[in-house]
Amino acid sequence: MSNENIRKVTTHISQNEGLIFEHSSPGKKAYRLAELDVPEIDASAELGAALRTESAALPEVSEPEIIRHFTRLSTWNYAVDHGMYPLGSCTMKYNPRVNEVVSRLDGLAGAHPYQPEQISQGVLRIMKALADQLIEITGMDAITLQPAAGAHGELTGILLMRAFLESQGNARKKILIPDSAHGTNPATAAMAGYEVENLRSNEDGMVDLAALEAQMNEDVAGLMLTNPNTLGIFDEQIAQIAEILHRKGGLLYMDGANMNALVAKARPGDFGVDMMHLNLHKTFSTPHGGGGPGSGPVACTKHLEPFLPKPVVVETDEGTLRLDYDRPQSIGRVRAFYGNFGMLIRALAYIMANGPDGLRQTTEDAVLNANYLRKKLEGTFDLPYSTPTMHEVVFSDKLQSKSGLKTGDIAKRLIDYGFHPYTVSFPMVVHGALMIEPTESEPLEELDLFVDAMKSIAQEAIDSPDLIKNAPHSTRLSRLDETAAARKPVLRWKLESK
Amino acid sequence: MRYLPKSSAERAHMLREIGIGSIDELFAPIPAQFRLIRDLCVPRQMAESEIVDWFRARAAENGDGYDILLGAGAYNHYRPLVIDALISRGEWFTAYTPYQPEIAQGTLQAIFEFQTMICELTGMEVANASMYDGSTGAAEAVMMAMRITGRNSAILARSVHPEYREVIATYAKYQGLPLTEVAFTDNGRVDLAALDAAITPNTACVLIQSPNFFGTIEDVAAIADIAHAKGALLVVSVAEALSLGIVRPPSEADIVTLEAQSFGVPLSYGGPYAGVIATREKFVRQIPGRLVGQTTDRNGKRGFVLTLATREQHIRREKATSNICTNQALVALMTNIYMDVYGREGIKELAQQNLAKAAYARKQFGTKARVLFDGAPRFNEFVLQTSEDAYEISHRLAAKNKIIGGFPLRKFYPELGNAAVWCATELTSRAAIDAAAGEVK
Ligand SMILES: Cc1ncc(COP(=O)(O)O)c(C=O)c1O
Repeated sequence: MSNENIRKVTTHISQNEGLIFEHSSPGKKAYRLAELDVPEIDASAELGAALRTESAALPEVSEPEIIRHFTRLSTWNYAVDHGMYPLGSCTMKYNPRVNEVVSRLDGLAGAHPYQPEQISQGVLRIMKALADQLIEITGMDAITLQPAAGAHGELTGILLMRAFLESQGNARKKILIPDSAHGTNPATAAMAGYEVENLRSNEDGMVDLAALEAQMNEDVAGLMLTNPNTLGIFDEQIAQIAEILHRKGGLLYMDGANMNALVAKARPGDFGVDMMHLNLHKTFSTPHGGGGPGSGPVACTKHLEPFLPKPVVVETDEGTLRLDYDRPQSIGRVRAFYGNFGMLIRALAYIMANGPDGLRQTTEDAVLNANYLRKKLEGTFDLPYSTPTMHEVVFSDKLQSKSGLKTGDIAKRLIDYGFHPYTVSFPMVVHGALMIEPTESEPLEELDLFVDAMKSIAQEAIDSPDLIKNAPHSTRLSRLDETAAARKPVLRWKLESK
Repeated sequence: MRYLPKSSAERAHMLREIGIGSIDELFAPIPAQFRLIRDLCVPRQMAESEIVDWFRARAAENGDGYDILLGAGAYNHYRPLVIDALISRGEWFTAYTPYQPEIAQGTLQAIFEFQTMICELTGMEVANASMYDGSTGAAEAVMMAMRITGRNSAILARSVHPEYREVIATYAKYQGLPLTEVAFTDNGRVDLAALDAAITPNTACVLIQSPNFFGTIEDVAAIADIAHAKGALLVVSVAEALSLGIVRPPSEADIVTLEAQSFGVPLSYGGPYAGVIATREKFVRQIPGRLVGQTTDRNGKRGFVLTLATREQHIRREKATSNICTNQALVALMTNIYMDVYGREGIKELAQQNLAKAAYARKQFGTKARVLFDGAPRFNEFVLQTSEDAYEISHRLAAKNKIIGGFPLRKFYPELGNAAVWCATELTSRAAIDAAAGEVK
């Protein structure tokens, strides 16, 4: 393995650690219960046949073992706190610490969702403030904070579409989805009871307007469009797209996963979008948490507002806030309670830390960073679309495939260089895609190191393709056998498998 | 702006490298009439100290330090301090979905351990990595039952959390999935005869909650027999995960959907929480959400990967088992750590304390008003019928005693009159129970 080009990282000791069950031994404890201040009771008399007779085999371990276990495991993860995490479409930006602190304040983290409104004014004020600011940022008229993630927001948005069209007399049958769309879009349409019809992109990577004209008819409820799309391209025909849909009674849903390219620079409400979701865990800095929790508010225009999930926060004449459940046209609930409230706190703290100037600079830096990488890597990697891009850039593995290497191989080698890989093989309109989104959080030094790493790998692809094929070389584990995992799934630990 | 690691000189350098004169050129693809040329009307940029102050003020408006005798799907349990100490490590909370297993073994192994513990608790054979929450998990479980059975209607017990039923209704409506409800009897349990009569050859599943919304533990085995005799699946929703420490697990179910909030997750005004779906091995290909499996690397070392992804939206698109992508991973990690802290014995002892507190509360309240549903076992909740309106009681308790009282049932169960569901956990002091009992009438 040749490592002379790797400047960003040095390998170091990493602790081995088994499964927590393998530390378990009867009698070890990490707790002590408080003294019981009421009489003891006989559980078997109390529960009768409902008494659990066989204990759940949870591990028996002590507190220091728990701390070591999860600390050791944590060191095996790559995270934004380590360095650039250019996972395209995921907006892996810095997660501010103040967000974590304020979301844990006792009066907020300890609030019960059903506590009386008279003692919930603080949490309701937070929800109202965030709602108002997201409405201003998107240029839409109304919003729900209930959806728990982007895909959940999509479902909410498409149900709004459906309810609206139904109120007009016909829910229609199909949703158009561009071939560049994220998998959650078609999956969502199906969950909302719609057929999916594929809409092809033109050679610039945008919606093919002629195709849209041809496919749009009274059977089509609407279009789910990501803008900028998953190629990072802002579809400049957006107003015409909306016009074509609206003319035939359809609606335009915008997947707002890429709002990090637009905040404070353009507002979807101004260019004809009827409803859209935001991913607070992307654009608004709430942490990704190893896969979640997220939050996916859905903003919409006035004519869709009556259909929003209930309850909604409303202000009374006296200036107090309350939850309004009396929404006869509502699509209903999409989740118990009011949403991932803890994430709403963090998103609001982020907006406050930025202000209008900070939000604008953030977007500009995100787009600047992506274009800098594009410029530096163009030529070294194939750029399938020459159209200008915003906050992310998608290359293909065409040049490296001559050495038998795929985007996934290059990604694995990038790990050796100290980076989290980009998004691999998505969007599907690009064969062998390398989808790179640096976000605004990367300093110039980190971008330059990334450029060096990518160029060095491109050279290795010519000189020593096997080095890449067998990467990563510096991780605890080498490439894992995913085929075997799926062929004979082992999805839980058992004593025998020790 | 303090989160942006660039000087103006660096920005200028980058523009030069790109070969453009100004940042505006990069926004040229946005048609001019849609470019925002004014400042957003959001609050001005604030200092960290100002942000902390603002949220402290909101927290104070909310009031804190109340005793909580309220559950109803969100439970006030003690959160061991190691949970936040561990999940505050950036390696956990600033990573994402473990798409690259070689640099995500921490997250992957933790999920594998979580899946194992959920199986142990629920009596199921496989569990997924998490769902958004208990309500959406229940809705997805119903759709999963439809796929498995090829049938397309479902029966929900009326004693299932009303908001869970509302969520299921939202999901089911556009799937062309008719829902019917089955009543409870005067012991608070599902009416078995009515259930038996309601199941048709088109019933994909029966969904119950246990302990149910009234805190009553259902006769899961009997309900399973009734459902299975007619080829329907049984889905059991568990909203109070701690009950599984002492209550027989719903092993006869085909799908268990759990809200794990009780395990060390802050109440946080209703979220983020963590749902989980657990089921039998034979149904694994219909389970929604992410799964982690064990495998080996090229040197034969044990490792973990996301697996059976052909069920998921990024591969199957409109044919996927669900549209879920981002889940509740960090919350699942909190519950995972919690289960390690209490372990095999602690979870039982803690559940036993809850049982004792609730029994004591029932006795105290019972001297002032009528405890309903005495004929069946309960865990840490119970229904109290009063002569006074339940909202009045709740307002008075909050204002006078700094106590958050029971959940008024009138809105969802008008037939129960002035009733509320109360909850006592290990954190509910005897003094608070006595004070609250002193106020009800
Ligand atoms: C373009 C796009 N749409 C939708 C989603 C789904 O969002 P979430 O994962 O929050 O459900 C993603 C997430 O990766 C995405 O990139």
